Amino acid sequence: MSVLLAELRLQVMWTRLISVVEEQAQTLMRTAFSTTVREAGDLACAVFDADGRMLAEAVTGTPGHLNSMAAGVHHFLHQFPAGTMRAGDHYITNDPWLTAGHLHDITVISPVFHAGRLAGLLGCCCHQLDIGGLGQGPDGRSIFEEGLQIPLMRLARDGQVNDDLLRILRANVRTPLQVEGDVMSYIASNASGAERLAGMLAEFGADDLGVLGDYIIDRSRAATEAAIAALPHGRWQASLTLDGYDAPIVLRGAIDIGADGLLMDYAGTDPAVPRGINVVLNYCRAYTVFALKCAIAPDVPNNEGALSPFRVTAPEGSILNAQRPAPVAARHVVGQMLPDLVFGCLHQVIPDRVPAEGSSCLWSVQLRDEGPGGFETVFFNSGGTGGRPGRDGLSGTAFPSGVKAMPVEVIETGAPLVIWSKELSADSAGAGRHRGGYGQRVEVGTRDGAPFQVLAMFERAVHGARGRDGGHDAAPGAVRLASGAVLRPKGLQTIPAGDRLVLEVPGGGGLGPPPTRAPELVDADGVAGLLSETVAKTIYGRSTP
Amino acid sequence: MQGGARYPGRPIAAPSPVRSRAMTVRIGADIGGTFTDVVLEDGARRYRVKLLTTYDAPERALLDAVFLLLDQAGRQPADVALIVHGTTLATNALIERRGAATGLLTTEGFRDVLELGDESRFDQYDLGMEKPPALVPRALRLCVDERVAADGAVLRPLRREQVAAAARRFRQSGVQSVAICFLHSYRNDAHERQAAEWLLAEAPDMAVSLSSEVSPEMREYPRFSTTAANAYVKPIIGTYLGRLEAALAERGVGGPLFLMLSSGGITTVETARRFPVRLVESGPAGGAIFAAEIAREAGLDRVVAFDMGGTTAKLCLIDDGRPHASQSFEVGRVHRFRKGSGLPLRIPVVEMVEIGAGGGSIAGRDATGRLTVGPHSAGSEPGPACYGRGGERPTVTDADLLLGRIDPDGFAGGRVPLDANRAALAVGSLDPAGGDRAILALGIGEIVDESMASAARVHATEQGSTVAGRVLVVSGGAGPLHAARVAGKLGIDQVVVPRDAGVGSAVGFLRAPISFELQRSLSQRLDRLDVAALNALLDGMAAEAHAVVRSAAGASDRTERREAFARFVGQGHEIAITLPDRPLVAADAGALLARFRSRYASLYGAIVPDLPVELPTWKLRVEAGAVPVATPRETVRAERRPAPQAWRPVTDPATGAVVEAAVFARDALEPGDRFAGPALVVEQDTTTVVPERFSVLVDRRHSLVLSRLNPEISQ
Repeated sequence: MSVLLAELRLQVMWTRLISVVEEQAQTLMRTAFSTTVREAGDLACAVFDADGRMLAEAVTGTPGHLNSMAAGVHHFLHQFPAGTMRAGDHYITNDPWLTAGHLHDITVISPVFHAGRLAGLLGCCCHQLDIGGLGQGPDGRSIFEEGLQIPLMRLARDGQVNDDLLRILRANVRTPLQVEGDVMSYIASNASGAERLAGMLAEFGADDLGVLGDYIIDRSRAATEAAIAALPHGRWQASLTLDGYDAPIVLRGAIDIGADGLLMDYAGTDPAVPRGINVVLNYCRAYTVFALKCAIAPDVPNNEGALSPFRVTAPEGSILNAQRPAPVAARHVVGQMLPDLVFGCLHQVIPDRVPAEGSSCLWSVQLRDEGPGGFETVFFNSGGTGGRPGRDGLSGTAFPSGVKAMPVEVIETGAPLVIWSKELSADSAGAGRHRGGYGQRVEVGTRDGAPFQVLAMFERAVHGARGRDGGHDAAPGAVRLASGAVLRPKGLQTIPAGDRLVLEVPGGGGLGPPPTRAPELVDADGVAGLLSETVAKTIYGRSTP
Repeated sequence: MQGGARYPGRPIAAPSPVRSRAMTVRIGADIGGTFTDVVLEDGARRYRVKLLTTYDAPERALLDAVFLLLDQAGRQPADVALIVHGTTLATNALIERRGAATGLLTTEGFRDVLELGDESRFDQYDLGMEKPPALVPRALRLCVDERVAADGAVLRPLRREQVAAAARRFRQSGVQSVAICFLHSYRNDAHERQAAEWLLAEAPDMAVSLSSEVSPEMREYPRFSTTAANAYVKPIIGTYLGRLEAALAERGVGGPLFLMLSSGGITTVETARRFPVRLVESGPAGGAIFAAEIAREAGLDRVVAFDMGGTTAKLCLIDDGRPHASQSFEVGRVHRFRKGSGLPLRIPVVEMVEIGAGGGSIAGRDATGRLTVGPHSAGSEPGPACYGRGGERPTVTDADLLLGRIDPDGFAGGRVPLDANRAALAVGSLDPAGGDRAILALGIGEIVDESMASAARVHATEQGSTVAGRVLVVSGGAGPLHAARVAGKLGIDQVVVPRDAGVGSAVGFLRAPISFELQRSLSQRLDRLDVAALNALLDGMAAEAHAVVRSAAGASDRTERREAFARFVGQGHEIAITLPDRPLVAADAGALLARFRSRYASLYGAIVPDLPVELPTWKLRVEAGAVPVATPRETVRAERRPAPQAWRPVTDPATGAVVEAAVFARDALEPGDRFAGPALVVEQDTTTVVPERFSVLVDRRHSLVLSRLNPEISQ
């Protein structure tokens, strides 16, 4: 076979491998129980070679899960060497330090056997509605308060599910049906992928994924390295101040681009805090590399080769490299802000390729009533993204997370709540030549007016998204009662009887000076009722059309 | 008469005596983006014509074609018993944003449902991504302070003065059509109905669409989106259908006019005017019905319909002669074919997947140097490099030409001579190092075939099914060139290439039953069914669907099909299970549970959770028997081994080896003919590639049936 023909065959197999994980993700969404997976797509699926190298991902994946899982699989293989795995085995963990950064994310990986040998692994990682403990809020003072810890262990052996584990799981969570159902759906999903993968290997006459894996990884690494090599050399720094739990937190980062590649270093970042907003290094890497990839090499398929050229370090004990037993349940409120910091550095290098700061942190509303006939529910809300080179930011859009919002009608059917408002809020975007996306106003109460709790974990309620290049900052968000009292943006709080929770999910920052914005775009926002006359006049210098 | 491409109608079967010369003529008319295809069936004879679509007044090409075919068949306008019509008019209006000025009246606090969508990004890594703009701009989205709860209870009453004020605003803004979309209206539609009444009192000429009628299902974004789309196309479709009816009447064309629905059923003009969004994608639905008909006649129970044209490929699963149906569709994807980048529609549709893979799809390399094909297409202008019309980038057609699959002088019946040198130059540009062009061409073919096979496999999983072991039924200009290889990648051993596949949609229209289906939400636990409430719901749905079908089909026999969608409590996706066609009784729960569990196990493996089951959605379809058709029948002669007209070197995609392929003209083949690959069967619109290890039989409908030879026997 000619070299060209052999290479062509590998390319065809690569295409096939991507469709294997797509099928796996479809099965997961179809069989999942929790709304976070089935409605919101808060999941990741990927395929690994026998050495644990990630070769392909499903496009539905969220960066926090996916890139974390890429690292996590190596830990499974270390605990359970390839030689000890058997067909029908499934392995599980929710160890934050080894996988996706908090106990709510459960990872299951499953070996695929072909021709009597371990040919590869399939993995999925999804967010659970509950994992016991205090629940998904930032109030924990250590990991032990945050719920059930599942170390690296067997979920099934030879096709027999580990019933003891499931019983412990059921006994420790507030929503045993969903959590157990979801764990079963992971098995179904990985099993469907395993069947396809074995079929593919048979069809192409390959023993395992080794040769294909080398090809995918070499090609992707080379393409990513070439994209990095095209950047100017130097060191650029930026910092980002967050609301924090009860005091502001400063993240500092520097990007170093040189002959030896690219390093994002978080030296100087504030230390971990005694509340559950700390980030493990795995998760810090996941969102950092995601941001770097979006700006530098977005077209390279995501796999170990595409990820490895981006190096990331954070000081041990800092809030971006928290050590056991630090609490981490609401780590996304800090982790999802990392792209803003990465773009802050990159803006000095490639200003035409990165946006202004966005609302970034998903405003995930975790509500509960622990009384008799109570409920536990969560729904997602996104603010605006930052103004982008050549175009405005996106309104009410999840970035960097990429999950879907659950329908209001689904939430109200599953819990005794009424969501009274969920719409864009005027003047919430940072002004600019390219303005930020608009944020939204959300108002929710119980159907019968009974008191309920919010596990608040909202970011940018004090420090709004900053503009760049003369673009204005967006107004910070707000968390309050409908009756007026201001609530803390983080921590468990009670909404009193008859009152409602109001959230102003913030908008994105502007890019470029507002007076340079095209007048017809200013007018269009005015006509749409998203821009007040005052702002149009004072900031954009435009009187009412 | 318009100029342009025109294929003369021709009878496809031997003339047979027709008993009565009265109203026996049936016409199927498909107005597509480029061509208007019309077929006329008169007893056992079929005539066909393809005219260029007349965009300014689509009915013109349709009428021209009808009269051309009547003339050829020697029949009069009054002889027409039936016209079944499908059109892309609604689809195009949505894609090109040429609909009516539309307003939205909605619940206070939910003005931006159409704009927020599901708040996600369909492209994870693209920082420059844009979402499709909402069909109704924010200034025309007005709220009223009403609220219905999840259980249907009224939390805040609707107030007349607010509705009237909104109606005046709409009128002042030039709005012609209004979508009324309130939260939880699928559960309690009283506010939507009342608002419509008050709105019409203020603005009597306004077209109104209610979300509780257009798409009465839970989940506000898809429901609002569907209703807004309905409102958006309602005036255009109403006007067009009015003109068409008038023109047909004026020229004395007899018989009723029916419209093809996206579900594969047909309906009256009146229903089409109320629910024009259900006309979206009627052409592809007709194609699926055509493939289903072929499958039924050949006794094939598990089929994949595969259509590959110039820009896209479509795949549809058919079981027991029925195309898979679904309730969701996405129109006008801004990011070519990327799921999530279009507007969601909740309407009954023939479920199919469409990807950017066709003859004109352009090949290139991605950032890693990997060969890619599509989704961008060279279209028909400039077209593939080998057309010699200025296209310089390599396409699938260029690759097919270099691989010997297409005769450069016989393409499109010889009307478009192909330039192999230009094709070679374009394909060669993929490898600056000057690699073997035949292998590069092979690569293009392999990648596009792999993409289509992948799409089929993922689609089958989404459908809770599989593709392996099915039969591929092929259509489209590029379909027969690629079908056998795609089949190989899917584990499929039999490929059927029907005759007249080029006008398959229009033929399919004439095989579609008059039908109507409804889907409603009523959440039920299987272990405590509220039988009375369910029977009331289903009876109401039945009455509505029967009324629609009766109005079109008269007193003819009707069948009713009831289904429930079931899932474990807490899941979000359902599996359809058939219900008995009689009122439910409490004792049915056991049988339904068993049906659900066994279906679940067959889809998702042996480990089935032991959890309670719920039924959130109920579906009912009423169908009148399709008008019986005299299928062209022909006695099959004794088996014959036809002599090839010529031999041509062709590259085999599986091995990369060049082999001599026998060339046959399709027109010269007769039922009963049998031959083996490697071979090429050439016809006006396409060429069927028969690889080695396949045999071909021409069946009595003149279909080419390709079968993979058992490898053991062939050796």
